[in-house]
Amino acid sequence: MTAAQMCESMIVIRDLHKSYGNIKVLDGIDLRVDKGKVACIIGPSGSGKSTLIRCINALTEFQQGSILVEGREINDPKLDKLALRRKVGMVFQQYNLFPHKTALQNVMMAPIHVLKQDRTEVECRARSLMAKVRLQGKENAYPGELSGGQQQRVAIARSLAMSPDVMLFDEVTAALDPETVKEVLVTIRELATDGMTCVLVTHEMKFARDVANQIVFIDHGRVVERGEPKSFFDHPQDERTSKFLDKVL
Amino acid sequence: MYLQLWRQTHVRFLAHTQEKFVSNKTENAISVLVQWTPFILEGFLLNLVISFLAMTIGTLLGVGLGLMRISRRSYLNNGARIFIQILQNTPWLVILFAVMFLVPSQFKIGGAQIAISGWVQATVGLSLPIVANVAEILRGSVHSIPSAQWEACDSLGFNRRQALSMIILPQCYKRMLPPWMSWYAILTLATPIVAILGVREGLGSAQAAMESAGGKPEYLMPFYGFVMILFFIYIYPIARWTKWLEQRVSQ
Repeated sequence: MTAAQMCESMIVIRDLHKSYGNIKVLDGIDLRVDKGKVACIIGPSGSGKSTLIRCINALTEFQQGSILVEGREINDPKLDKLALRRKVGMVFQQYNLFPHKTALQNVMMAPIHVLKQDRTEVECRARSLMAKVRLQGKENAYPGELSGGQQQRVAIARSLAMSPDVMLFDEVTAALDPETVKEVLVTIRELATDGMTCVLVTHEMKFARDVANQIVFIDHGRVVERGEPKSFFDHPQDERTSKFLDKVL
Repeated sequence: MYLQLWRQTHVRFLAHTQEKFVSNKTENAISVLVQWTPFILEGFLLNLVISFLAMTIGTLLGVGLGLMRISRRSYLNNGARIFIQILQNTPWLVILFAVMFLVPSQFKIGGAQIAISGWVQATVGLSLPIVANVAEILRGSVHSIPSAQWEACDSLGFNRRQALSMIILPQCYKRMLPPWMSWYAILTLATPIVAILGVREGLGSAQAAMESAGGKPEYLMPFYGFVMILFFIYIYPIARWTKWLEQRVSQ
């Protein structure tokens, strides 16, 4: 890899291994995501997709291999995890909003307390983020009063408030009602169009095909196949890929 | 003694069909009780004061101990665990005696002698089991918050202290309130044991009143019954309120 390529890469994963006891979850993953690009990770449940994405912001530790985020090595005992996480946003399947805070407070908390930014500035930006995810008027609602899709969009706004360089989406539509899936996907698509680097674990194949620059198919902790969406979906090379696609499409 | 007493009353009841005699006696006992009511109420006030103070001390120290218990530093965590287990598994009366024995009844600051009265020692003693139980309530409710909340904090760059103070603990208060109130009720009901240490609270006052009035057996029921009613009137609403809060939390 040349220096220029390194510069373009937001995330470079090399030979990543992770196991829980004797169970191997990730068995030598390689992955590169360039700045402003979108990578979709797909695969059967239990294939290690979520574990992979959680390694990227150090929510999960791994035993072997290397992950570089903006050139910083994560497999380093001296890593400043908090600094890393300020740069890597993450959205979860179950939204994980703070139930005792309003939507707006959820968005404002981390910039104020973690980044120590000025409260009025943060509030101004939080309001515009709420508008960006189309939740104007819901600022003072508590998470319990919002639908799943609305909560998930608040969660996206909450991550964006940290001005991250990368966004990780861990099956963010898997827990949603079908009719609210779309509003969340629209929000993510807009982010991608704005040039945000995104790594998505998803079961939404149509969405992946539309929005991704790169599809990565993982099974049993290994990358089985990867490629541009069109060639990946239309002409899968590996038998396992075609079998999987037959099942989900 | 009680058996004898019971027999006496029983025999009297059967032998004398003079109901008038019995009811006269009861009437007499009740009028004596009315006379002594202010005295007993004053004693009962001390039960309340002891319960407030012991609960306050117990809660403040208990929260501190609970935070130690969930610390990631093993010496804090283990130290707190051992302390909690000792206090939770010792009879309250033993704790009371230990405090009486260990805390001096007077000490000197400079030239001044400061006496510590028995009820203060008793309050400190009763607060100790509360310390342990409040610590356990705190630990339990922190653990009952889904780990996903911690992960959300992690992913936003909060450090552990921030996550605990801003996200986790504020969600715990509501869950901690019902068990905390239950412990307050238990504590209040336990306050009469300080009578054994010579502290003149509600029960002790009732006993003293009966003795002063002649110590007649027919006083027993009205006087003890009165003390029971005092506690019931105070505790029952708290118990109902606790139940209501519990249901609201579980919803």
